Amino acid sequence: MTDRPADRPVAEMSFEDAMKELESVVDRLERGDVPLSASIDLYERGAALKKRCEEELKRAEEKIAAITLDADGNPTGTTPVEGL
Amino acid sequence: MNDLIDDPTPGQNLPEFSVSEVSGAIKRTLEDQFGRIRVKGEVGRVFKARSGHLYYDIKDDRNVLSCTTWKGQVSQLSVVPEEGLEVVVTGRLTAYGAQSKYNMNVDEVAVAGQGALMALLEKRRKTLAAEGLFDPDRKQPIPFLPEIIGVVTSPSGAVIRDILHRLRERFPRKVLIWPVAVQGANCAPEVARAIEGFNRLTPGGALPRPDLIIVARGGGSVEDLWGFNEEAVVRAAAGSRIPLISAVGHETDTTLIDHASDLRAPTPTAAAELAVPVRLELIATVDAQGARLTRAVTRGAGLQRQRMEDLSRALPRADSLLDTPRQRLDRAGDGLQVALERFVQRRRLDLSNLSGGLRPSMLTRLVAAEKRSLRQAAAGLDPALARSVRLRRERFDARAARLSPRALQREVKDGTQKLDALSARLSRAGTAQIDMLRKRLAAADRMHETLSYKATLERGYAVVRSGAEVMTTRADAAKETLLEVEFRDGRLTVAPQGDRPAKKTPPKPEPEQGSLF
Repeated sequence: MTDRPADRPVAEMSFEDAMKELESVVDRLERGDVPLSASIDLYERGAALKKRCEEELKRAEEKIAAITLDADGNPTGTTPVEGL
Repeated sequence: MNDLIDDPTPGQNLPEFSVSEVSGAIKRTLEDQFGRIRVKGEVGRVFKARSGHLYYDIKDDRNVLSCTTWKGQVSQLSVVPEEGLEVVVTGRLTAYGAQSKYNMNVDEVAVAGQGALMALLEKRRKTLAAEGLFDPDRKQPIPFLPEIIGVVTSPSGAVIRDILHRLRERFPRKVLIWPVAVQGANCAPEVARAIEGFNRLTPGGALPRPDLIIVARGGGSVEDLWGFNEEAVVRAAAGSRIPLISAVGHETDTTLIDHASDLRAPTPTAAAELAVPVRLELIATVDAQGARLTRAVTRGAGLQRQRMEDLSRALPRADSLLDTPRQRLDRAGDGLQVALERFVQRRRLDLSNLSGGLRPSMLTRLVAAEKRSLRQAAAGLDPALARSVRLRRERFDARAARLSPRALQREVKDGTQKLDALSARLSRAGTAQIDMLRKRLAAADRMHETLSYKATLERGYAVVRSGAEVMTTRADAAKETLLEVEFRDGRLTVAPQGDRPAKKTPPKPEPEQGSLF
């Protein structure tokens, strides 16, 4: 059935892709022409996508580091940066 | 030649210097007299030595001034001299005694006038554009939400602060700062190295590879920003496989890296805005989507239920569904008996119609008719045979009459006549042939006689023989006792008398000697 979602594992999707698919799932459900059984699958898919997006949004962690360089300008590691 | 000899002339009171003394004096004079000066000119040949020192010429239309910038000073230059560039250099004049040369040690280079710098920038832009480094199809899309952002800029100053501040507001992310000089001679090589360095990192390694690079610098003069016009930086930006946002100077400043980057931000703050979406907005969007999702599925199920109820109400009773067919069955059952009887009646009628004509008199009439026609045919049989025999006999007689011996006899007579004629011709031809041959034989005989030695005898010659042999020499003839001489009219036997002086004897020609004729 064409209404089946592509079923790419949600965990592998980028935030942007998950967001786009969530929007398309909502659009299809709102159009109301999806058979009942497919609409349940679709809803579950949408819920998983939403969860994925929320997780990504929750992981809004700031971490700032500066690269340390040796005398030749090659990176050797990082040093945390604070106070900026 | 006198010059070579040290011959101090009395009264010559000029002071005498050693070379080093003169060199030192010149060096001092130059350094003291001129001090720190500014010189304007066009940069000529530039040579960067392996040691890091920079050697170049400043020239005008008539003269050249050698310039030197030591390795330690190079990083302080705001503009690295480049051939063809109009500059004002600042520094001290000095001399290099070892080569009897003077030069200027330059510690500051400024571009002489914006026009010159812009012309140089335009030339470089065209060259790099011709290589395709600025082509739109090289541009990569900027990721929607990068995990790690690499920032190439000065680690201190307002720029990195602005960027981090704006990132924090929008969507806090991991940020890796690659510290570089953002002006001066080290700017370009360091920025290029930073871009390339970020690209070399492996995703998930000890140093994680960023998903996005921002190259940023605050506003400044054209000279201050010059490093971002350098070819090395432009090439590094164009070659970056990580999407790159450039944010150099203010909105009105455009450097060449802006052409090569995937996206140009007017300011560093704007770069942060282009790099990440606003988190709170996204949360709101996701929530809204979630709400719509639930609503849509609930409403969808509700609609389905409603529809099902509507349909089930419209569904007729099972009994009523059977009414019509049952009625049809009744009607058909009623008609069955009547139809069968009517069918049998019709068949019976057909049978009686057919059997009515089937009687013996009809058969008898049929047999009589056949018999009649048989008799008629038998009657014609005899006359037909007789007629056929007669016909054939007539045809035979006609042919036999035409068969007579006369034709054959005529043919034999013709043949005999032809044979007689041919025999006569044969006999005539044979006689004529013999006559002709005989004549040819007589002619040949005459010819033979004419050619024979006997004709010679007629002319008085004689042939001498002994027995059957012809004697042709006197010696042979002298040996013989009897000789036979043949004359025209016969032969005479003679005895030769030896030892007499040889008389003239008639020549004895050879019988068939053609030359005697």
